[in-house]
Amino acid sequence: MKTILAKLRLYWPLTKSLQTGLLLSTGLAGFMSARSPFAPWFDFAGLAVSLFLAITGSTIINMWYDRDIDAVMNRTHHRPLADGRIKPAEAFRLGLVLSTLGVGLALTMSPLYGLIVFAGLFFDVLVYTLWLKRRTSWSIVWGGISGAMPILAGRAFAIGRMDGIGLLLALAVLFWIPTHILTFAMLYSDEYKLAKIPTFPSAYGLQFTRLTIAVSSVLAALAILVAAVLIGMQSGSLRLLVVLSTGLMFLATVTIFRPSEKVNFGLFKYASVFMLSAMLLLSI
Amino acid sequence: MKITLLDRLLLLATGLLAAWQIAIGIDRLSTLPIIAYTVGFGCLLVAALLIIILGFEALDSPVVVIVSTLIPLSLSLGLVWEHLAAIRNFYLLFAVSGFLAIIITRSIPLKNRLPVLVLAAIHGFAGITIFLLPFFLVFTGRAAPGFALVGVGGALIGLVGLQLSFLKAGRPILSRKTILLILPGLLLVTTAAFVLGFSAV
Repeated sequence: MKTILAKLRLYWPLTKSLQTGLLLSTGLAGFMSARSPFAPWFDFAGLAVSLFLAITGSTIINMWYDRDIDAVMNRTHHRPLADGRIKPAEAFRLGLVLSTLGVGLALTMSPLYGLIVFAGLFFDVLVYTLWLKRRTSWSIVWGGISGAMPILAGRAFAIGRMDGIGLLLALAVLFWIPTHILTFAMLYSDEYKLAKIPTFPSAYGLQFTRLTIAVSSVLAALAILVAAVLIGMQSGSLRLLVVLSTGLMFLATVTIFRPSEKVNFGLFKYASVFMLSAMLLLSI
Repeated sequence: MKITLLDRLLLLATGLLAAWQIAIGIDRLSTLPIIAYTVGFGCLLVAALLIIILGFEALDSPVVVIVSTLIPLSLSLGLVWEHLAAIRNFYLLFAVSGFLAIIITRSIPLKNRLPVLVLAAIHGFAGITIFLLPFFLVFTGRAAPGFALVGVGGALIGLVGLQLSFLKAGRPILSRKTILLILPGLLLVTTAAFVLGFSAV
């Protein structure tokens, strides 16, 4: 028992639990946004399990591939793959098994849902991590697209097809992802340079990066608001969403006109709180 | 001054109460009070979130003066619109022009006392309205006794807003340290008084 617990503790950081949790919440919110009154509990449970497996699996494969970068960067050098506590082959096998289980379960639940989950994994691992991350700073677009797949998948699973609302929700997550990635790129720009990873701050400067973060935050808020209106969200929840969106837009404006490291990091944190709140509001 | 865990918890509770009021507590009202209360409680919610995330340094922003005036102005507008139909249009005009006056006097660098006077007059009048109107309505039997809590909240928010506004205007009534020490608790008690008071109508 002790060995299993120790192993779990060792492997847990590979799941990037916060990021995985947030992406999982988008998938569940996409499902709940359909407000299907007859959705059985096992559909919801299956969605949660398959998404968790697929997201965790792809995250572990990414960390397996990026272990050389992680070892160079101060922020990530303590990760169990980077500092050698976990054997790379073992982690790769685990990532592959979890991904296969996740996509396999998703495909058995619904071919369309499974296809979207697979697309998310494909864009994340193959396009973003393996192909583009070390070549161009614009790889974040593909990181964003892969991050947008859980919410699209969740909604498609609930209604049995892809619709405009699902695409709008996916667009919102797509615009939210740069806030996350670019904030870290600014905070740790020296470390990314050391690891030879092209980033927006190194390619276009801090001012352009801040502007990109601000614009994408505003677009994320607008996309969520439009989607919420189209879904027919209750007026009270909609009011709350408008207030939270206004806060996000206010902070995004501050980062352009009164930039500072603290405000930038504040925007990143607020955007995460906003996204989680928006997902909760979409679900009720 | 560094923000503590207790401060964060108090502010989180404030934000949750304000969020509840926006989403559920004002559903039965007409359009303008809904907008006014959404602005007021929305400012409380976003302010609480920003202080949790950025710490008390968030209060160093020049927009604090404007936001701390927007809260009593919008809440008093909602109250007047709901309960004093005879002067609702006049009060709407006062609220809009007062808000614009504060923005203008804060944006243009003026060396005289005009910005402080404008701030004190508008903030003070809005604060007195939220403080007195609920008590008046309760004493005249036009509202349930619990509605007086809105007046209590009005007195407290007036206190918070004036402290912050005058701190930002460079003429603090209490020291910065004292204001920051009591701010999270005061915001929570204020918001709780509003939420309980509005639910008592």
